[in-house]
Amino acid sequence: MNSVPRNWRLRQQRYRLVGEICESCGVRIFPPRDVCPECETMEQKEVAFSGRGEVYSYSTVYHPPRGFEEFAPYTVALVRLEEGPLVTAQLTDLDSEQVKIGMSVEMVTRRMQSGGEEGPIVYGYKFRPAIQPAAA
Amino acid sequence: MVLKPRREVGFVGYGAYVPRYRLPNAEVARVWMQGQGSTPIKEKSVAGLDEDVVTMSVEAARNALSRAGPVDPNQIRAVWVGSESHPYAVKPTSTIVAEAIGATPYTQAADWEFACKAGTEAIQAAIGFVGSGMARYALAIGSDVAQARPADALEYTASAGSAAYLVGPAREALATFEGSLSYATDIPDFWRRAYQRYPSHGGRFTGQPAYFTHIVEAVRSLMECLGTEPPDYRYAVFHQPNVKFPISVAKQLGFTVEQVQSGLLVNEIGNTYAASSPLGLTAVLDIAEPGDRVLLASYGSGAGSDALSIRVTDAILERQRLAPRTRDYVTRRREVDYAIYARYSNKLVR
Ligand SMILES: [Zn+2]
Repeated sequence: MNSVPRNWRLRQQRYRLVGEICESCGVRIFPPRDVCPECETMEQKEVAFSGRGEVYSYSTVYHPPRGFEEFAPYTVALVRLEEGPLVTAQLTDLDSEQVKIGMSVEMVTRRMQSGGEEGPIVYGYKFRPAIQPAAA
Repeated sequence: MVLKPRREVGFVGYGAYVPRYRLPNAEVARVWMQGQGSTPIKEKSVAGLDEDVVTMSVEAARNALSRAGPVDPNQIRAVWVGSESHPYAVKPTSTIVAEAIGATPYTQAADWEFACKAGTEAIQAAIGFVGSGMARYALAIGSDVAQARPADALEYTASAGSAAYLVGPAREALATFEGSLSYATDIPDFWRRAYQRYPSHGGRFTGQPAYFTHIVEAVRSLMECLGTEPPDYRYAVFHQPNVKFPISVAKQLGFTVEQVQSGLLVNEIGNTYAASSPLGLTAVLDIAEPGDRVLLASYGSGAGSDALSIRVTDAILERQRLAPRTRDYVTRRREVDYAIYARYSNKLVR
């Protein structure tokens, strides 16, 4: 998971939620892939998604895979982006009992893995409850 | 003495970030002082487990870009991050931030250091970079996850936050730059040696000869050069290591408590080090009106102060609402106890 070359190749997608729009049928695609899952053409253009979406389903992880122990327990959700695609991501800045299906979330760039004391730090997208403006 | 570029420049965007966790001073006093003794502030912000100077800088930078109108991140020629808590000893914070906001690859990227004034230092350099014509836009960020030794006096206040400023041409700016001035001398008031986790400080050096002398000299000289007086400013923002110092330095300089109140965040979020005065300025810009003059003065141990004078333009009104306001982050509050704080600030090892 903490592979340096792989993390480096995926940095745009991971830091900024860069996906694709299919220039043939218009569908938004995330993560990027070679062939459009809708029309099977290869005419895609890069696009950074807005990062806004809502929780489609979720599950709280108490026994994390190796490398993610420092954040446990944490909640993983399927997030429906406002552009359409479903993305699997960790939720952050919330307590697990607060999670609700349909809640508004927004993308933030956070630490995914700290790499111990000596390794590289991995950053990537997570989602948190959308910030509500305070009463003026 | 006054620093001012030939071309007119200003802040085209600004953005804040404060983590949601708060450690009340009463908790620190409970653990180390049996709940006795006076405390310098109400509570301080604490970064979450997945937050650091990179992640906080990214969010503040995104907010600054949201307020900048249609700026293509590829036109940003410098991404500069000032901090004393960069996550790596060797490997820049700034390249990660630049990548995350889409400013790579044709950009200057560098990390700045100077205790709590690394942020204003980056702002000044960005003003010079844009003012010389070398760049159309430059992004300057002050950001820290400040570490304090358990039971040290600084543990009450050392906190986390970030503020970002996109510097660009004055005609696009929400606040134009009038001039700045820096005052620096060699003072042993606060330091951290290589490989040390926590800073040390030299008790009697921290007040009068350090904080007060540097800010007073920088601000007085700047106002003298610009021909301004305290009543010319609607707001003034000073570095805020506690509540007492900024109010006291304001009075010494002839400013009123009303002028500093709006930018005084320390009681609610603590001392965010390199983000401290820049974050105070974001809170002021959130409520500022066209024509308002604002004075900003940072302080960094070691020691120095950067003083800046800006004037808010008509563009402010449409930009304020384009990103979360500083107050939105301050009120997004989740209290933690000392044990959770110890886990979040990496003081517990398993
Ligand atoms: Zn298609």
